[in-house]
Amino acid sequence: MSDTAVITTAALALGDDALVLSHRLGEWAGSAPVLEEEVALANIALDLLGQARILLSLVGDEDELAYLREERAFRNSQLVEQPNGDFAHTIARQLYFSTYQRLLYGELATGDGPLAGLAAKAVKEVAYHQDHAEHWTLRLGDGTDESHARMQRACDALWRFTGELFQPVEGLDVDLTAMESTWLASVTDVLTRATLTVPEGPRTGAWAAGAGRQGLHTESFGRMIAEMQHLHRSHPGATW
Amino acid sequence: MTTNGWPLWEVFVRSRRGLSHTHAGSLHAPDAEMALRNARDLYTRRNEGVSIWVVPSAEITASSPDEKDPFFEPSADKPYRHPTFYEIPDGVKHL
Repeated sequence: MSDTAVITTAALALGDDALVLSHRLGEWAGSAPVLEEEVALANIALDLLGQARILLSLVGDEDELAYLREERAFRNSQLVEQPNGDFAHTIARQLYFSTYQRLLYGELATGDGPLAGLAAKAVKEVAYHQDHAEHWTLRLGDGTDESHARMQRACDALWRFTGELFQPVEGLDVDLTAMESTWLASVTDVLTRATLTVPEGPRTGAWAAGAGRQGLHTESFGRMIAEMQHLHRSHPGATW
Repeated sequence: MTTNGWPLWEVFVRSRRGLSHTHAGSLHAPDAEMALRNARDLYTRRNEGVSIWVVPSAEITASSPDEKDPFFEPSADKPYRHPTFYEIPDGVKHL
């Protein structure tokens, strides 16, 4: 594989992660529990969209990539495409993903690869995302009986999607095994402080989910990109 | 949403080159930690190097508009309280 193709694979995987999660968070607009949280979620979505634009631009035309690819050509992990669900589901997804992103970008930023510049900028943003997710995990987990139950349910439901994050990706020159154990320790620490139980289900293997990096996605993803791509496909070649 | 669990906070922001904290606005938050985070999103757009203060609105005591006259009105008929007409000697630099 040539150098360019290697960068393409990595940039597409990370760019699609950011693009898809940004779209999911955008769906919260007007529906967040309080106005202040609405702003926070929109802020995170905007950060992620910014990351997606830079990463996809490394691969080709960002609009073409976002709006004209079929479902099978997207390389995002299945975790980020999961529906928002209740607020606890959104927070659990944020906790799992932002912890991963912070470790990944932290490591990429120290290297001298083609993604180092982007990672150095993005790591500050994702540190905020992780802080936001951790705070809400603590609040919901250690809140009322109802919020505790919902947060536990959300953590359990999304657990099987987390193994995929640590599958090797061509061009991502990082120690994924070491990163995974750091991720596990960090998430375990937050869940324990939030009085939650670390889910016991498998994260890899036959019962786990996760072939998004190979272009296989879960059912709700098709509907999500249909909505995302609708206008561009209705008016091909338009400028805005 | 009840405002009981989400009381009002006043936000004071000092910009990167600013000398003092200025009242920027208010917001609702369950506690100080969350108020700080919300203030950062709402009022600073995450500019590095700023300082934020949050204060529960209930903690602020304001002067009453009814007492404005006795409180603020200077005694205009006592000119010695308003040393505005003294000539400043040439040698004084930092007045």
